[in-house]
Amino acid sequence: MRFLLDAEQRAFADSLDAMLTAADTPSVVRDWSRGDHGGGRALWSRIAKAGVFALAVPEAYEGMGPRPVELAVGFIELGRHAVPGPLVETVAAAALLAELADPLPAGRLLPSLASGEASATLALDGAYALDGDAATTRLALAADGLRLAPGHGPVRASLDPARHLTPLSPGGELLSTAPPVAHALGWARLATAAQALGVGLALLDRTVAYVKQRTQFGVPVGSFQAVKHRLADAKIALEFARPLLFGAALTMAPADVAAAKVTACEAAYVTARTALQLHGAIGYTAEYDLSLWLAKARALRTAWGTPAECRAEVLSGGDRRW
Amino acid sequence: MDLTLSPADEAFRAEARTWLAAHVPQTPLRSLETEEGFAAHRVWEAELAADRWSVVSWPEVYGGRGAGIVRWLVFEEEYYAAGAPGRVGQNGINLLAPTLFDHGTEEQRARILPSMATGEVVWAQAWSEPEAGSDLASLTSRAVRTNGGWLLSGQKTWSSRAAFADRAFGLFRSEPDTPRPHQGLTYLMFDLRAPGVTVRPIGRLDGRPAFAEVFLDEVFVPDEDVIGEPGGGWRVAMSTAGNERGLTLRSPGRFLAASDRLVALWRGRADPSDTALRDRVADAVIGARAYQLFTYAHASRFLDGATMGPESSLNKVFWSEYDIALHETALDLLGPDGESADTDWSEGYVFSLAGPIYAGTNEIQRDIIAERLLGLPKGRR
Ligand SMILES: Cc1cc2nc3c(=O)[nH]c(=O)nc-3n(C[C@H](O)[C@H](O)[C@H](O)COP(=O)(O)OP(=O)(O)OC[C@H]3O[C@@H](n4cnc5c(N)ncnc54)[C@H](O)[C@@H]3O)c2cc1C
Repeated sequence: MRFLLDAEQRAFADSLDAMLTAADTPSVVRDWSRGDHGGGRALWSRIAKAGVFALAVPEAYEGMGPRPVELAVGFIELGRHAVPGPLVETVAAAALLAELADPLPAGRLLPSLASGEASATLALDGAYALDGDAATTRLALAADGLRLAPGHGPVRASLDPARHLTPLSPGGELLSTAPPVAHALGWARLATAAQALGVGLALLDRTVAYVKQRTQFGVPVGSFQAVKHRLADAKIALEFARPLLFGAALTMAPADVAAAKVTACEAAYVTARTALQLHGAIGYTAEYDLSLWLAKARALRTAWGTPAECRAEVLSGGDRRW
Repeated sequence: MDLTLSPADEAFRAEARTWLAAHVPQTPLRSLETEEGFAAHRVWEAELAADRWSVVSWPEVYGGRGAGIVRWLVFEEEYYAAGAPGRVGQNGINLLAPTLFDHGTEEQRARILPSMATGEVVWAQAWSEPEAGSDLASLTSRAVRTNGGWLLSGQKTWSSRAAFADRAFGLFRSEPDTPRPHQGLTYLMFDLRAPGVTVRPIGRLDGRPAFAEVFLDEVFVPDEDVIGEPGGGWRVAMSTAGNERGLTLRSPGRFLAASDRLVALWRGRADPSDTALRDRVADAVIGARAYQLFTYAHASRFLDGATMGPESSLNKVFWSEYDIALHETALDLLGPDGESADTDWSEGYVFSLAGPIYAGTNEIQRDIIAERLLGLPKGRR
């Protein structure tokens, strides 16, 4: 029983953080939002080199996984830096492909996902796939099984300008008639929870820094109790989401993962509302970088399981002690 | 990073489970906020103590098992899962005992701890005063030097279980003219039945005498009942406060067991189409798990040598709000039956309502989080 990250895991987070800080992600996000994927692709391959996607790919397919705890560590950092792209989808696709009864598609597709040469998106049952315009591997779960989609339909805007919602074209190669969807969903939810926690942590950090320097009535606004208490509540919400995330990464039980997903996303969303309020009008502008995280907190809340779906999952098992 | 217990810890769990299965009273004891219930709970404490289960984390010489924090958590999980009674001695065990371990003398520990462990002497906390609530340092009750000890005078209030308890511990002003209110305070223990003490029970919301006010008129306390240095009581008290808000006052085991009971209640009687209520039940389950894992993470830090700091305020706000939400959900599930006053749920509900007020109000805790964890500037209090 030592429920703490070890030195190696913390060093992994720190090195990703340093790399992403140097990469000026806000400008990458803004380009990505306009459909200019160049900077995003370059960043993607550096993230892959750091090993993030390999954590979801088994060693047999040139990955380092499956290692959900380290993946969660990595995705917190991706969220903290608002990295754009089908990050969660690539992880979910990797988890799905790795567990197919027929090992051939995995052998063909997984090594390039692990190395970052390829990126993937995944759509369940006719839902939109994220960033189908940018992903190189498009997986669609249709009525007859899992297919490699030949292309994508018209791009729809998301409330998060950095997310492009894309229907996938029908047809394409049939990879499996019985794909392990629940397994992939677990990985997608875990990665989303971690990303959301990172988004929430970034929103809190930025807001704390802002209220310390913004003065009104002759004092920093952060000295007002109404301001402090909202930030304290955001801190509490995020700090109690974190252990659920790592607990879920250790067990990967569907109820645990669902609990982490709903809690991390709600905590990030509460923090986003607080961040917007405490920045005043400047927070409500697209120009100011805070908007990049605000928009993502909203979008992640319903991605890969709404709060209601996740709560239902928590109660769906039989009676058990944790 | 792992959540698995060592075989030795698992064996400890099994031993606790077996003992509790054989000893937990079949019919629940009456509320410990009643005279009769209080007496029954003392008997239960003695039974626990006879087999050294009343204070598992204490050293063996004082009646404990020398259990580390992980085993303490395991014990609490088993204790509440077994449906065992609430702890009548908790103020002494959770607040005074850690203070004595940190600041007491060997003589004080040997004299005070064993009878606390058996429930023979139940302790009350006498900190608050009518004019000193959140601003505790403004307290005015006095300790005046006398031959061989001190004379206490003044008024304490809101003292939990003082209506039926035996002794109390609290802060008194021993040097009236210090420049700052935190200075010149002395931490003392006194007998609730000593000459000069008057205890007046106060009914809480449901009328039960869950706390009391205590009037002191030149009550003699010998020097041996001062904890720490005379005049240095504030520092002693603050180490106690960290314990109160931190892990020990509300263990995750209590909430894990309560959320299990809530799920059983929901399965038994909920309208399946009421998804709003279902979501609240799910949140209760999730909250208990979050609290358990948060505590495990903290316990792991303690094992690495960390001590309890301002993070205990995160804990306090979380459990106190969680406790109310859990009980409100249960009462809503019960519908009109939730109005009935003599159930575990209604008792728990009334108790939970005070959580955001005692042990430092949640407003004060949020200030601590903002200033000491987030580094925001101090403002006007
Ligand atoms: C069930 C119960 C059991 C208790 N048991 C004990 C016990 O055993 N021993 C003991 O000594 N005490 C006990 N207390 C007392 C408890 O510690 C006090 O009630 C608490 O410290 C608050 O003090 P107060 O009630 O005087 O409220 P006040 O301090 O008068 O506060 C009133 C309101 O103002 C708010 N407030 C005050 N100052 C600030 C500020 N600076 N910023 C923002 N808001 C502020 C408070 O948060 C609260 O909402 C108990 C209380 C209850 C309800």
